[in-house]
Amino acid sequence: MSVSGDGEDSRVAFFDVAGLHRLVEVLIERGYRVVGPTLRDNAIVLAELESAAELPRGWGVDVGPGHYRVRRRDDDAAFGHSAGPQSWKQFLHPPRERLWAGTRDGAGEAESDYAVPRYAFLGVRGCDLAAIATLGGVLGRADYPDDSFVGRRRRAFVIAVNCTEPGGLCFCASMGTGPAAGPGYDLALTERVGGDAASYLVEVGTPEGADVLAAVPHRVADRDEVACARDDVEAAAHRMGRQMPDTDLRELLIRSRESPQWDEVASRCLTCGNCTMVCPTCFCTGTEDVSDLTGEHAERWRHWASCFEFDFTYVHGGGSVRQSGASRYRHWLTHKLGTWHDQFGMSGCVGCGRCIAWCPTGIDITAEMNKMAGDE
Amino acid sequence: MSERAAGAAPSASAMAPVPYRVRSRVVESADSATLCLEPVGESLRTPQPGEFMMLYAYGVGEAAISISGDPTVTDGSITHTIRAVGAVSRALHNAEPGSVVGVRGPFGTTWGLEGAAGRDLVVVAGGVGLCPLRPVVLGALAGRSSYGTVTLIAGARSRADFVYTDQLEKWAEDPQIALHVTVDVPVQGWSGEVGMVTEPLRRLTLDPDRTTAFLCGPEPMMLFGAQALLAKGLAAQDIRVSLERNMQCGIGWCGHCQLGPLLLCRDGPVVGYDVAGPLLGVKEL
Repeated sequence: MSVSGDGEDSRVAFFDVAGLHRLVEVLIERGYRVVGPTLRDNAIVLAELESAAELPRGWGVDVGPGHYRVRRRDDDAAFGHSAGPQSWKQFLHPPRERLWAGTRDGAGEAESDYAVPRYAFLGVRGCDLAAIATLGGVLGRADYPDDSFVGRRRRAFVIAVNCTEPGGLCFCASMGTGPAAGPGYDLALTERVGGDAASYLVEVGTPEGADVLAAVPHRVADRDEVACARDDVEAAAHRMGRQMPDTDLRELLIRSRESPQWDEVASRCLTCGNCTMVCPTCFCTGTEDVSDLTGEHAERWRHWASCFEFDFTYVHGGGSVRQSGASRYRHWLTHKLGTWHDQFGMSGCVGCGRCIAWCPTGIDITAEMNKMAGDE
Repeated sequence: MSERAAGAAPSASAMAPVPYRVRSRVVESADSATLCLEPVGESLRTPQPGEFMMLYAYGVGEAAISISGDPTVTDGSITHTIRAVGAVSRALHNAEPGSVVGVRGPFGTTWGLEGAAGRDLVVVAGGVGLCPLRPVVLGALAGRSSYGTVTLIAGARSRADFVYTDQLEKWAEDPQIALHVTVDVPVQGWSGEVGMVTEPLRRLTLDPDRTTAFLCGPEPMMLFGAQALLAKGLAAQDIRVSLERNMQCGIGWCGHCQLGPLLLCRDGPVVGYDVAGPLLGVKEL
């Protein structure tokens, strides 16, 4: 019996807070750079951890449209918070990256050595684990794999955390990505905060995961512990703060291309691009060719770009294709929930709710989609 | 249906430009020049008509440019005609013989000329839209017996804006191809037609069931051209257009070239009008 209910591995492990500390130590000893949530500047951010003591134990968050506040919890949960402003995207698909360097005589070298640090991601939620797979659907395709992304992803050790307490903006259940973490993890934790101190049920997803777990003191979880954790995760699916309309979103968006709703949203949208920056799947980039002052050395860089930028669709002679804010918002939302299916065979939205929290005017994609569905 | 050429091996680093030397440069018009490029070392797959390359001007930047050369030339060279409209295209346009530019590709869909064997071909070009279409005309003439009638309608703003004027003059005399040229603005000495490419297109007698049309030019020209062809009874999927959008990678990573469900670097630039028509009809899509 497993916590997520797939029945694959009947042996679920159990360790306490000391076990979690040891897990981080073991990963660091094995050469991983452990990245996980920590409290900084009044937000729960992702940063390299030197120890599990840096986890935001006892901190939660209150989120709403255009609203994010950390708050003290009345327990000692380390993972009792929903998505923060960052996602694992920044480690797998860095905001700025050099792709090539060369000299004028034609000699050049691609960035072939992606000997990036091996990351261990600690605390990857179901939505964010799905987001990593979604990025893989774009940047890991067989015809043109992005060596950087593929290398970083392949080398990463992933410790997922099943959610038992969804946030006010979460809708992973609608998108089929949570609250239980799907495939793609090495280890998956379910945090239990009842009793004296937090404890963790641990599921193994890969042989590498089993190997790491073997180095951490643990015992086999008993039947009640597993059943209890599973119930908590299942119950979480029914306590989502948000939900998408239960309809074919792709078809709904195709039918709604000329809807007056786009102009209405545009009257609130600042086209700031925050939603695209915090989105764990937004992958768009700009390519930047630069040279040094001598002109003998040139480099190619790429950086995150946003479809809300005015010149994102600029073509010489024709100007920008999407000039109005309405067309840019329509593009973003339609791509995320609709045309992503056509392009990559999956949804571009994982239901994490970040775009709602970090929109300065609190535009809520679930509210917009529900309105669109209701207006039909 | 446009087609994807087979056999593209993924490069070790798909974003790294491959050095090509400018073998020759021919001035086509006041702002356009044709570059013939040959590999310095590594050579890329020979592009098919319709496909594009990402051309890199050292230290300046990169632009997506369709190939414009003769598809029967198989010496490893790649030919592009470049109109200077911005910093990158101006630097490429000005590249002198012997200088080195960076090339990536080929990318995108082809015109699918071979799939049109046995059919009448109507090629409609506006301005430098003739550049991506020249390989279609040259390919059709090289395999002339495989096709029915071959018609080229080429328009430009004025006489001075035509590219490939020597070739156009030759084709005007060639019984193998029916050529119609038209300008928006006539100057003294222009004895040809005045008006949009849609004018000669409307007068054309064609068999809609056995005609395939290839259009490239400004988007309104392609829309009006396609509508004229639809009015003559052509099926939308027998009308192919080559579309332009902002492109910063050519390989589906950067997201800039989306047109609704299409990533034009991958699903285009050549798209059947059955797919492109409804999308181009939505403003600012």
